[in-house]
Amino acid sequence: MAVFESALDLIGNTPIVDVSALSPNPRVRILAKLEGQNPGGSVKDRAAKYMIEEAEKDGRLHPGSVLIESSSGNTGIALAMICKVRGYHLKVVLPENVSIERRQLLEVWGAEIIGSPGGEGSNGAMHRAVALAGEHPDWVFLHQYSNQANAKAHYEGTGPEIWRDCPEITHFIAGLGTSGTLMGAGRFLKEQSPRVQVWAVEPPVGEMVDGLKNLDEGYIPELFTNNHGFELLDRKMIVRPRESIEWTRRLIEVGVFAGISSGAIMAAAVKAARLLDEGTLVTIVCDGGWKYLSTGAWTDDIDAVEARAKEIIYF
Amino acid sequence: MPAVRLPTVLRTHAGGAAVVDAGGETIAEVLAWLESAYPGLVGQLRTPEGTAHRFVNVYLDDDDVRYLDGLDTKVGEGSEVSILPAVAGG
Repeated sequence: MAVFESALDLIGNTPIVDVSALSPNPRVRILAKLEGQNPGGSVKDRAAKYMIEEAEKDGRLHPGSVLIESSSGNTGIALAMICKVRGYHLKVVLPENVSIERRQLLEVWGAEIIGSPGGEGSNGAMHRAVALAGEHPDWVFLHQYSNQANAKAHYEGTGPEIWRDCPEITHFIAGLGTSGTLMGAGRFLKEQSPRVQVWAVEPPVGEMVDGLKNLDEGYIPELFTNNHGFELLDRKMIVRPRESIEWTRRLIEVGVFAGISSGAIMAAAVKAARLLDEGTLVTIVCDGGWKYLSTGAWTDDIDAVEARAKEIIYF
Repeated sequence: MPAVRLPTVLRTHAGGAAVVDAGGETIAEVLAWLESAYPGLVGQLRTPEGTAHRFVNVYLDDDDVRYLDGLDTKVGEGSEVSILPAVAGG
């Protein structure tokens, strides 16, 4: 193993592990790419690094710059880590109903937290960040939901890594948050082989935090529409909070300690395995379970955990 | 008959109900049934031009109907149709 010059050089090149022991169909393999292995602890390290390095290249960022971003957690944490190392000041608009560990990690990395009402959800935090960025033109707003560097990180990183490690892939299954992973890695994989199907898993947003007063407050990331997301995807599934927690627990049986959104993706992969005759599914484990210990996801009564999950944002 | 799960923002049109029992054998028929039972509700799901609201996702059980047969998707007796607003994450 080489000696790395910077912790930021550890971003990407994550391992893939076979979790087919959880597959209900012996002819369908399920593989999991462990993005929690990134130094900031989640898949978002990739997009954060690409967005920051692109802004450095085009001259928008320089020492002492102030950044603003909205995040339900992981993107904020990833940006905060990189900003700490590179000497930038980060402000994160964060919904108040995320797990306590997300807030703690942002504090660890020195980010300034701007709280947004939990009832407005991620959409509300995003709208506030857009407004704040408009009021402060000197702040750098990378805007993960529309920044093409987010998808590029996966087109140049996640996708090629999967193809290198698993050219027999038939289905790529990942969560739809900003759509960066699906648009970037999904497009790369389809370009390598039209055989590869791209399936999205919709965030299991709790009813308490869908955050909308009317449907016009909904949001589809520009990254999704700009990359022809509707055409790129082959299927989109919703996974409910209870199933997400159940499969977060089942992942423990194969030694994978994952966050709750990864449980949702695993639940969708298991459904896919039941529907298909044969195949090799590659799924994304977005982060480790550390940030969710306070939710009691693994140890508390599942009804209580489910009720709690409906009131917090974990995507 | 299929059950239809409504998002919080549409429940006022259905007397506050989260889930309603509907009729119809396709997604289009279920929506038509909803419109006749709860005037105004389905209007929320369309733009003034009559196209589907871009921030609305309709699921048949686990699947977004866009990737099945859209409005022509067959809805079985015990199926659940969920109407959900598009929400970002990250």
